[in-house]
Amino acid sequence: MSTRAENKKLFVRLAVIAAGMFGFGYALVPFYYEICRAWQVNLLDKPDAAPVNTQVDTSRTVTIELDSNLHKLDWKFRPLVNHVSVHPGELTTVEYEVVNTRKTAVTGQAVASYGPQFAGEYFKKLQCFCFTQQTLAPGEVRRMPVTFVVDPRLPKDVTSIALSYTFFEVDGRGGRS
Amino acid sequence: MSSIAGTHDPAHDHHDDHGHHGPAAGLMRWVTTTNHKDIGTMYLWFSGTMFLVGGIMALAIRLELFEPGLQFFDPDRFNQFTTMHGLIMVFGAIMPAFVGFANWQIPMMIGAPDMAFARLNNWSFWLLPFAASLLILSFFTPGGAPGVGWTMYSPLTVQMGMGMDFTIFAVHLLGMSSILGSINIITTILNMRAPGMTLMRMPMFVWTWLITAYLLVAAMPVLAGAVTMTLTDRHFGTTFFNAAGGGDPVLYQHIFWFFGHPEVYIIALPAFGVISQVIPAFSRKPLFGYASMVYATSAIAILSFIVWAHHMYTVGMPVTGQLFFMYATTLIAVPTGVKVFNWVSTMWKGSLSFETPMLFAIGFLILFTLGGFTGLVLSLVPVDIQLHDTYYVVAHFHYVMVAGALFSAFAGIYFWIPKWTGRMYNEKLGQIHFWLTLIFFNMIFFVQHFLGMAGMPRRIPDYPLMFETWNKISSIGAFGFGLAQLLFLYIVLDCIRNGEPAPQKPWDGADSLEWTHLPTPAPYHTFETQPVVK
Repeated sequence: MSTRAENKKLFVRLAVIAAGMFGFGYALVPFYYEICRAWQVNLLDKPDAAPVNTQVDTSRTVTIELDSNLHKLDWKFRPLVNHVSVHPGELTTVEYEVVNTRKTAVTGQAVASYGPQFAGEYFKKLQCFCFTQQTLAPGEVRRMPVTFVVDPRLPKDVTSIALSYTFFEVDGRGGRS
Repeated sequence: MSSIAGTHDPAHDHHDDHGHHGPAAGLMRWVTTTNHKDIGTMYLWFSGTMFLVGGIMALAIRLELFEPGLQFFDPDRFNQFTTMHGLIMVFGAIMPAFVGFANWQIPMMIGAPDMAFARLNNWSFWLLPFAASLLILSFFTPGGAPGVGWTMYSPLTVQMGMGMDFTIFAVHLLGMSSILGSINIITTILNMRAPGMTLMRMPMFVWTWLITAYLLVAAMPVLAGAVTMTLTDRHFGTTFFNAAGGGDPVLYQHIFWFFGHPEVYIIALPAFGVISQVIPAFSRKPLFGYASMVYATSAIAILSFIVWAHHMYTVGMPVTGQLFFMYATTLIAVPTGVKVFNWVSTMWKGSLSFETPMLFAIGFLILFTLGGFTGLVLSLVPVDIQLHDTYYVVAHFHYVMVAGALFSAFAGIYFWIPKWTGRMYNEKLGQIHFWLTLIFFNMIFFVQHFLGMAGMPRRIPDYPLMFETWNKISSIGAFGFGLAQLLFLYIVLDCIRNGEPAPQKPWDGADSLEWTHLPTPAPYHTFETQPVVK
């Protein structure tokens, strides 16, 4: 056989391997789920943790300090009350007010932080304006709720949690682009 | 030549058909060329251009990280730079550089007249500029280039703007180019060797490329599959990686790294090959342990397919899985160690001289081994969980990618440029280039080990004040490194235009066919009559 014919034969073989490996990439998909099942990991139809009893712990009170900040964004942003006292396990709603002082629509994203930092783990937000981006029309005033529960497993020595929000501008949406 | 039946005597006949005509003139020479040397040259210039483009992005990153806080770029833009820097350097700079070496060297080293599929070779190259244009154009789409990291992890890729689609198509083109190029290389090596050039007589560079080409054929299609799944998730309603539809983002990481780890060796093995040519030449001794070198390279290639999950210890895999991938990964240190010891043994009692290629090869040897050691550190699950996605990882892979692959590419260029251009480079400037590159490289990346150990995360445009000093040093080093590469560009241009004429064999110890059988510069067509290797 001439070199040319042999080259062609080898080309076809290697091209078949390449095509087969493309298919192999797709074969990894069912293979992955089978492995996960075999090792009992990543089972999507099972809950991560068993439900626990969430009784309100009236034996103690935690003060939630509300704080607001703006990062390079000329809005007005404040909580309607500066602090609330809650019992761990008690469902509470507080409100923030934000004003877009610009003449254009602006989109912002709020990011929450906690003091002390580890308290964030016990601060469960059920509803929050920080879950989505907020687009405000020019001059719009908006009141936005935060609904939360403080986990009763909060360490006993924590008597006060600072909840602080910072609004960042989202580029390219509304205002400056 | 036998196609012309005539009355001429054979010698004359030969002359008529194979007169050593030169290349066509003008731009069309480069568009239509099927000559392996032309195509190799184009690969190398393309790679050099992409090296500058990716380098400018690296400098933008280091500029932003010079001080804590946000000074020059918003975080989105910063992420776009880190993403594109990675993609361009891996697929645009390093891989094409070694394909360029392969095109120039493999036919000459095995005594073949050209690559097996010369036209396909042209096409493999010309896919690249289009892919690179797509990558760069993505910056000018609404939303900019994708800021997802070069690994293109889901779910971010599902959310990005149309720049992501540009990138996906670019990856498709790059993959196609690599696969076709690899098929060409394998066919050339297996079918076109000169009589007497048995597999176990081939120069080590050819061996490493043969194995690399097989890795490419096996791994690149898997990447093509992964980005195709991302594409169909984005636009055609599939949910491979979209958790909202029952998919799993972690699945993407598995598929990506199944490609990604062999990719590491796709980059490293040809670099090993270049070093295996350079060190014996300047030690004036044959390569120590040739056969063990071949087996070690094959062992690395096979192992590279079963270690991928060491890139993703933190995704939450069973401890048995972590242990398997940890042991498999540490096992790679064995064949790699064989190679390092063989290079050192080649130099042992050799008659050494330290021209620029040798300097880069020794720089490679020391720094690549250091990068290998940090790789061993990272292979250990308990340590990796601490260091995952920190600057320690950044330092580690730049030691193997820059001090490994790039140093080896420099060594190769200085080593072969006399054969390619017929002229010698400026030895003094070459050595200055080496020392500047070495010093600034360590200035950039050595300190990043400290940053990573202290917990500085990668791919973030801002950092706490405590990281400032090392970041400043690293950034200054980066700009020094960038300037040193402009010197390299000057050295290459100066060599092409004003270099002293080079002898046929400027390096005493070089013994492969391109040095022993071919004049300098290598003629446009070589080995049309194959040599017989004894």
